Amino acid sequence: MSEIGLIHSLGTEETAGRPRDTLLEVKNLQMHFPVKTGVLQRVTGQVKAVDGVSFTVKKGKTIGIVGESGCGKSTMGRSIIRLYEPTGGEILYNGKDIAGLPEKQLHPLIRREIQMVFQDPNASLNPRKSLGSALAEPMKAHNLYGSRQKRVERIEELLDLVGLHRSVINNYPHEFSGGQRQRIGIARALVLNPELVIADEAVSALDVSVQAQIINLLEDLQEKLGLTYIFISHDLSVVRHISDRVGVMYLGKLVELSDKEALYEEPLHPYTQALLSAIPVIKKDGAEVRERIVLKGDLPSPSSPPPGCIFHTRCPYKMPMCETVVPDFREAAPGRQVACHLYGEPPF
Amino acid sequence: MTLTEEPRLTGRPALPEEPAVSTHEPIWKLMLRKYMKNKLAVAGAVLLFLIIGAAIFAPWLAPKDPSQQVLLDKLAPPGKDYPLGADNLGRDTLSRLLFGARISLLVGFASVAGSIFIGTVVGAVAGYYGGKLDAVLMRFVDAVISFPSLFLLITLVTIFEPSIMTLIGIFAIFGWTGTARLVRGEFLSLRKSEFVLAARTLGIRNGRIIFSHILPNALGPIIVSATLGVGGVILGEAALSYLGLGIQPPTPSWGNMLQSAQNPQIMLGAWWYPLFPGLMILTTVLAFNFVGDGLRDAFDPKIDD
Repeated sequence: MSEIGLIHSLGTEETAGRPRDTLLEVKNLQMHFPVKTGVLQRVTGQVKAVDGVSFTVKKGKTIGIVGESGCGKSTMGRSIIRLYEPTGGEILYNGKDIAGLPEKQLHPLIRREIQMVFQDPNASLNPRKSLGSALAEPMKAHNLYGSRQKRVERIEELLDLVGLHRSVINNYPHEFSGGQRQRIGIARALVLNPELVIADEAVSALDVSVQAQIINLLEDLQEKLGLTYIFISHDLSVVRHISDRVGVMYLGKLVELSDKEALYEEPLHPYTQALLSAIPVIKKDGAEVRERIVLKGDLPSPSSPPPGCIFHTRCPYKMPMCETVVPDFREAAPGRQVACHLYGEPPF
Repeated sequence: MTLTEEPRLTGRPALPEEPAVSTHEPIWKLMLRKYMKNKLAVAGAVLLFLIIGAAIFAPWLAPKDPSQQVLLDKLAPPGKDYPLGADNLGRDTLSRLLFGARISLLVGFASVAGSIFIGTVVGAVAGYYGGKLDAVLMRFVDAVISFPSLFLLITLVTIFEPSIMTLIGIFAIFGWTGTARLVRGEFLSLRKSEFVLAARTLGIRNGRIIFSHILPNALGPIIVSATLGVGGVILGEAALSYLGLGIQPPTPSWGNMLQSAQNPQIMLGAWWYPLFPGLMILTTVLAFNFVGDGLRDAFDPKIDD
């Protein structure tokens, strides 16, 4: 891919002028998985799970990423934290590109400073490790808190932070409720004092009342510790509550990125409009305020995305050019980017 | 910040939630409790305990010298002098069974220990790292499985003197493939589980993830396959010895005790002679299977009471 080289050279030029409060800058991130078939495992196609996503995250802020399941938002999160090696693009963390770094070089920096809170509190904790040993392990792996005494103190500090009683230090995951387990998951993400926490559907598996507690906890922790969040969820209301900026993903691409208020009050992209129209609005007189936009058809397969605008197969405002011309992800208003031909002049 | 702009989400007071179970139970106690619920497994464990005990204390328990021949008493029926009868050379069957248990169990445990070790290492590496390494290792496993192992066994046994050590080695070398596939499967699914991903994002090294995170969670199936494997090896040893290629007389093993009973006249006329070694093999293998089943349930943290 010749494009990647070009993007790399662009990237290094722009890094110099990076604003100071930018913690993470994702540029044209691509995560394509090869499709292998047959006995010989020949590569016969590509699943473009993430296909050219760009955004920046400011220190201490929260960016929410919404999209329906299968749109690539989790893959994007896992690429940023380098559980996957991206097939293209750049991930600038504090100005340093971590997209292609080998695991050895990730260890001293990224494995401490970027952490993740996972979706399923039942699956994200090792059932064979007590709370204490699960939290002590990363400290040992990074040679931090050198003595047992110091590690115990740190664990107690973490338990206080996430609202668990200190006496549970020797308990095993099966002895906790779902909400408590998610608190442990958060404590584990905080062990190494990270800067950036990626919450991948972190409250989706919880009861609504517990969801609220966990979100409040995340907000409290952000304030206390100055954390930066990437909050990935399919739940528009939760994202609205916690985010400063919101990105909407569709089929591996960001279709709209904007400050929260603007996005929720006046969505620009037809897909965003359709998503938001699905949130039930309860008014006192029972009247519907918004017209419900029902999308036709299914999410196309990411192994053969439609040509032109990826959304044209389901878009209610489809124009002839949408079938052939890929819309740029361009600034439609100050601080608002959208990938749609309805906004701005076509490029020719 | 969002905190100042928006009211907090409602819900129950955030901290603290209901207290965690205060009387926390060590994991082994929980497992023991689950194991004890399975009556067959308990019976199997008791039986195994008795058999192993009998094997260990054979010199003290055996009424006679297992290789002492009293030709006048050949094929003596069970009675006062010979509680389980005597064989075609007039040796006491009970004594030979007791000493034979040592051989059968030793071969069973030692070769399974070897094959579990090889299989776990190969399966863990293949399943965790995946890709080309996985493909190469698994094709090697396929190749080992496709060996006509019985003929190879026979050839090997004829080349090397059939001794306990060669038997153990041969069973270990041919027995690990099943474990390797099993362990690979466990690792394939566990390496994508969220707790392993979490360990990776925390910078835990691969070796530690394999041995401290994934392996303990794959231990259940491994132990189950090991217990079943011991039964299998005991059967295999019996088969080889029956063919005269296993443990060589006069050392008694359950298999070679059956060998000398091949003669149909003996089988029909002196039924007690082949019956007791056969029964021992049957009970022991069954006991191992029951114990394996019980352990499977006990090791599964998801199956609650």
